[in-house]
Amino acid sequence: MEPYYYVIESIIKIIVVVSVLMGFVAYLTLIERKFLGYLQVRVGPNRVGWWGLLQPIADGIKSFVKEDIIPDNADKPVYVLAPMITFTAALSMFAVIPFGDSFTLFGREIKLVLADVDIGLLYIFAMGTLGEYGIVLGGWSANNKYGLLGSLRAAAQMISYEVALGLILIGTIIIAGSLRLTEIVEAQRGMWFVVYQPFAFLLYFVAALAEINRIPFDMPESESELACGFNIEYSSMKFALFMIAEYLHLVTVAALITTLFLGGWLGPVLPGWIWFSLKTSVIIFIFIWIRGTYPRMRYDHIMKLGWKFLFPAALANVVVTAFIVALR
Amino acid sequence: MAETRTMTINMGPQHPATHGVLRMVVELDGENVVNAQPHIGYLHRGIEKLFESMTYRQALPLTDRLDYTSGVSNNLAYCLAVEKLLNIEIPKRAQYLRVLLSELQRIAAHLLWLGTHALDLGAMTVLFYTFRERETVLEILELATGARITPSFIRIGGLAADIPDTFLPRVMAFVQEFPKRIDEYETLLTKNPIWKRRTTGIARMSAEDCINYGVTGPVLRASGVNYDVRKAYPYTSYEDFDFEIPLGKNGDVYDRYLVRLMEMRQSTRIVKQAAEKLPPGPVSATDAPQVVPPDKNDVTSDIASLIRHFKIMEEGFEPPPGEVYSSIESSKGELGFYIVSDGSNKPYRVRVRPPSFINLGALPKMIEGALVADVVAAIGSIDIVLGEIDR
Repeated sequence: MEPYYYVIESIIKIIVVVSVLMGFVAYLTLIERKFLGYLQVRVGPNRVGWWGLLQPIADGIKSFVKEDIIPDNADKPVYVLAPMITFTAALSMFAVIPFGDSFTLFGREIKLVLADVDIGLLYIFAMGTLGEYGIVLGGWSANNKYGLLGSLRAAAQMISYEVALGLILIGTIIIAGSLRLTEIVEAQRGMWFVVYQPFAFLLYFVAALAEINRIPFDMPESESELACGFNIEYSSMKFALFMIAEYLHLVTVAALITTLFLGGWLGPVLPGWIWFSLKTSVIIFIFIWIRGTYPRMRYDHIMKLGWKFLFPAALANVVVTAFIVALR
Repeated sequence: MAETRTMTINMGPQHPATHGVLRMVVELDGENVVNAQPHIGYLHRGIEKLFESMTYRQALPLTDRLDYTSGVSNNLAYCLAVEKLLNIEIPKRAQYLRVLLSELQRIAAHLLWLGTHALDLGAMTVLFYTFRERETVLEILELATGARITPSFIRIGGLAADIPDTFLPRVMAFVQEFPKRIDEYETLLTKNPIWKRRTTGIARMSAEDCINYGVTGPVLRASGVNYDVRKAYPYTSYEDFDFEIPLGKNGDVYDRYLVRLMEMRQSTRIVKQAAEKLPPGPVSATDAPQVVPPDKNDVTSDIASLIRHFKIMEEGFEPPPGEVYSSIESSKGELGFYIVSDGSNKPYRVRVRPPSFINLGALPKMIEGALVADVVAAIGSIDIVLGEIDR
């Protein structure tokens, strides 16, 4: 009977996680608009429902009923596939992130993580990069020059920060001694890694902003230069998929920062999943705050930042961490 | 070796960063601009030609449709030219009010520029802050003139009416508050490292190039050339006011930003002085009955006034034949009107010297070898208004 229980447990967890995640992402758009509104002396959406609470639903319906346009000269299969790739990658990234302590139900130990795999961190890198493919392909296949420029920027940006992104986290991995995210969290029971690795935390924060293509690193989109860049030709639900993927990615990266540096679900008194949500929300708020404050960087500056600052700094961080751990 | 091919993209006329309907045909090698050509004319309404079929008085509302971000300045420039043609004297109170209104308008125009320019470079919040203050300015303008964008309040021979009593207290309140608001914008941008990297050394113009291209306004002053019509050829009693002309050094986008911010502070000073020193008296020329319509109350009671009113409204006035050029410092640069009169009640020819048009001519020079992102920064830094360019 054991395999059946396993399947049932997994299905229930998947359903719960995906619905909670998608619901949160939908309302994250509202939260972001509201928060930006208060930063910018305006009120944000308040027409649809009380406090604009039905706005995400209205946006969803609108996305579904809009005409779906595929440009004549587009590379149609790639064009259709691109948003799917990005969306799927963004959604499946969350699978390995532990969002709470394990508990016992009906005599079974249930871990609050969808897939507690050994190579959790590698998997996240792989999926994150895969998502970028959707953006590159989407901009290219639309056969639009602005889209092409957006794609080129996405590709260039991906290469410049991805190397640093991996190197930054090696320090964390050295201390935790594992790529499995649950074990990384368990290793922080004594002290959060942000204390051991404050430099890496800041570096990762910057690199993560670049990974999720947000201001000041929203190169592929940069609407005032490229008029929306890679998704310029996308409409209807395909466009919405890109948007959802962007926010999913944002949530996942915030959750990852929580897991790697802020002790994941660990915390006193309150249940683990509440601590996890709280910490993730704080990170997300900081992301939105940054969006409201900073101008956009120029893409060659991002490249310089990636290669001349993030990369050497990450290397130095690895060396120092390894040295200290070896001495201990 | 593979052949290198350039890509030609069309920025505009529908593009979020071209400020209206400017079209740039940009030839790109990767992201580097090889060649850029501005194309204009999408907003051409034939305004210069329209002048010829209207009396001098009727043509006034056409002028604030030129640079629709600073309507008062356009009205002023046109009125000054016609007044020069007529050779009439404007009372001091009207002159001070003209200064006050046009400096308020300059602040509004610069605020609009700052917000959109920051938005072009990705800083979205600044737009909402500047529009908050711009709204205050527009409300003050509306209080006096009855319109927010297109006042047509400055008339040939003076002003349309005197200001209401509530006007000056609101101006003073704004003048008190505004410098703090400028500090607020500065905290967001001036020392922001990303902002500095995006703007310093971008779209640089040397003083010599600026003069060769005929560039005027903040773009010229950012290159260190001390030329401001308000100081060089004072008009409308600008010589009575104490203010400085802010100058830049490097002539890049950052210096243009700084110059405009400092200009807003100076304009605030001028507004304050004008409000404090405002003399009493009439707001229209008293020695030009053929130009200035009679008082509204007289029109209903006095037959002579009624006839005069009717004549001015129907036939207008006939300035002596001749040619006249008069220019002011608008928020974009030197705005001039060249009017040829043949002695009839309609101008024979009106030619506008729009600062945006001439400044735009320097754009291809500015963005030689720049990146796409710099093109956006450069367009923003010139502060163009297509209504004025295409006319």
